[in-house]
Amino acid sequence: MSLLDVRNLNVTYRTGRERVHAVRGVDFSLEPGQTLGMAGESGSGKSTVALSLLRLLPRGATVTGTVHFRDDDLMTANWDRIRAVRWAGASVVFQGAMSALNPVQTIGDQIREPILLHEKVGEREARSRTAELLDSVGVPAARQRSYPHELSGGQRQRVMIAMALACRPDLVIADEPTTALDVIVQGQILELLADMVRDRQIGMIMISHDLSVLAATCERLAVMYAGRIVEIGPSRELIGQPRHPYTKALSSAFPRIGDPASRRAPAGLPGDPPDLRLSLPGCAFHDRCPESMPDCRTHEMELWPAGAGRESACLKVLPEFASVRAGEHDG
Amino acid sequence: MADPVLETRDLAVTFPGRHGRRPARAVDGVNLTLGTGEIVALIGESGCGKSTLARALIGLVKPTSGEIDYDGKPLDYSNAGLKAYRRHVQLVLQDPAAALNPRQNVFDAVAEGPRLHGIRADLNARVYSAMARAGLRPAEHFIARYPHELSGGQQQRVVIAGALALDPTVIVADEPVSSLDASVRGEILKLILDLRTELSLSALVVSHDLGLAWNIADRVAVMYLGRIVEIGTVEEVLLRPQHPYTQALIAVLPDSGSTSTLLAGEPPDPTAIPTGCRFHPRCALRASAGDRAAVCTTKDVEILPAAAPDRSLVACHLADLAAPVVE
Repeated sequence: MSLLDVRNLNVTYRTGRERVHAVRGVDFSLEPGQTLGMAGESGSGKSTVALSLLRLLPRGATVTGTVHFRDDDLMTANWDRIRAVRWAGASVVFQGAMSALNPVQTIGDQIREPILLHEKVGEREARSRTAELLDSVGVPAARQRSYPHELSGGQRQRVMIAMALACRPDLVIADEPTTALDVIVQGQILELLADMVRDRQIGMIMISHDLSVLAATCERLAVMYAGRIVEIGPSRELIGQPRHPYTKALSSAFPRIGDPASRRAPAGLPGDPPDLRLSLPGCAFHDRCPESMPDCRTHEMELWPAGAGRESACLKVLPEFASVRAGEHDG
Repeated sequence: MADPVLETRDLAVTFPGRHGRRPARAVDGVNLTLGTGEIVALIGESGCGKSTLARALIGLVKPTSGEIDYDGKPLDYSNAGLKAYRRHVQLVLQDPAAALNPRQNVFDAVAEGPRLHGIRADLNARVYSAMARAGLRPAEHFIARYPHELSGGQQQRVVIAGALALDPTVIVADEPVSSLDASVRGEILKLILDLRTELSLSALVVSHDLGLAWNIADRVAVMYLGRIVEIGTVEEVLLRPQHPYTQALIAVLPDSGSTSTLLAGEPPDPTAIPTGCRFHPRCALRASAGDRAAVCTTKDVEILPAAAPDRSLVACHLADLAAPVVE
């Protein structure tokens, strides 16, 4: 059975009199120990998806669809059940550790809190577990008594990871875990996360706008645009041979050093993402798409099979449109 | 390459220590030249002094020692001198939402520079042409809008238009795309490249992003703890890095395919610069250099002189041992 199974997830935010349809029918599943990266730009709905899984969205948000985590349907479960799943079943590593940590509590106390709440252990055992956890994420155990402001940005993010692992969850949701960090520290944190999920067989959903970060840590990638997954599949193939023009644009935005094609030629994508207050018939990407066809405006998009373990929501993966395929798709 | 437009000589900026701490040597001896129409990327971790160097170049921070030459003449730090200087050298900051006044519409934001400099003649034409060059077309469509009505990419274009409205010769951009979305990033970088081609604008782009350097720069300067440790053409420095720090920066890229030379430790501290080579506590090369490594802990590496545009320079005692990363 899947660890996590999400079907037809829709999220609408109400802002004043308007409704913003932020997530528009997202389906995916995750097996135990599997890692899935979710890529997309700001406003694509990737963080909304992550937060809706554990019902962490604010009151103004309406969520429909089903989210099965092991045996629980998290959409209908009562709050006691949700509280039990949070931390112990699935936990979140938020971006911006400085604002996610409590500034007036030592980091030791903050890591111990979920352990003491969720497990029948005494203070002493919780203390030794905290020391082990800090040690495993590369922060000296003696720093238990430190406050967040006494740590560097990288150390704070390590503490966030230790907290997320405190109750031995089966699923970790990492929302932009390295966004505010330096390249070197980013490398260290990504390596740490990859080791953690590998050693403990934890499933992970990592959210980022940086495809190369996701490709380095996740087996599979889902690319979101305007509230939908437009392409999903194994990371390497997805980046190597994108089957959706948006994936292609996103992956060429981060050049590979040494690639002559991108030298003195930054790749951009003209235009702006669509207004999520609108209903967006057809393909939401069509007006920015370099390979757009007349049918793209009207044809209802869904994720169609596009190779082994891959799906793409582009008409060009369908046989009847394949002949229109532009040369860029070759290879 | 044409004559240098901007040049620093042994530039140092030291911030006094507070609360009993030692002073921070944020910029600690930098020789850098920027040629006319040249784009130089200044790369380094946070805390390496790259932003302080950028601020010093714009005259926002007065150097503790050393000097900055613009057009062959030392920078004049009188109010009038700085004002005149800033017509020619403009700053573009990281976060356009923070750089723009939320209560000022696009026209006023772009016109602010010319107005401050008392340029009243043809103000409209000046603003419209700056907006067009920054890719805000048609300008009429944007002039009455406020920052919150614009996307992040459009906001950054407004900031750039504001800089262009004074017809500068140099742009100093501090992380110009790091707060922007992936697809917008390329558009803004393209704009910087186009401005160089059309207006021979020179640019110093400060970033932690090596991909940015590969995308637009002619030369790269890698900075570590207040000094440039390696400088040269983009191809030389990024494809055949000589300094172990540059090698580590490249190895850490997610798609480098390399899993080794992860730099241990935290970003360095400019209030406690190590003796000898300032990089030695984190250096992988020193660990494997045997007897020759003694010099690294005892002898400071000489400050790199200003490099000719086609030459690579590296500040490492053991540079001859550093095998370039194989692609």
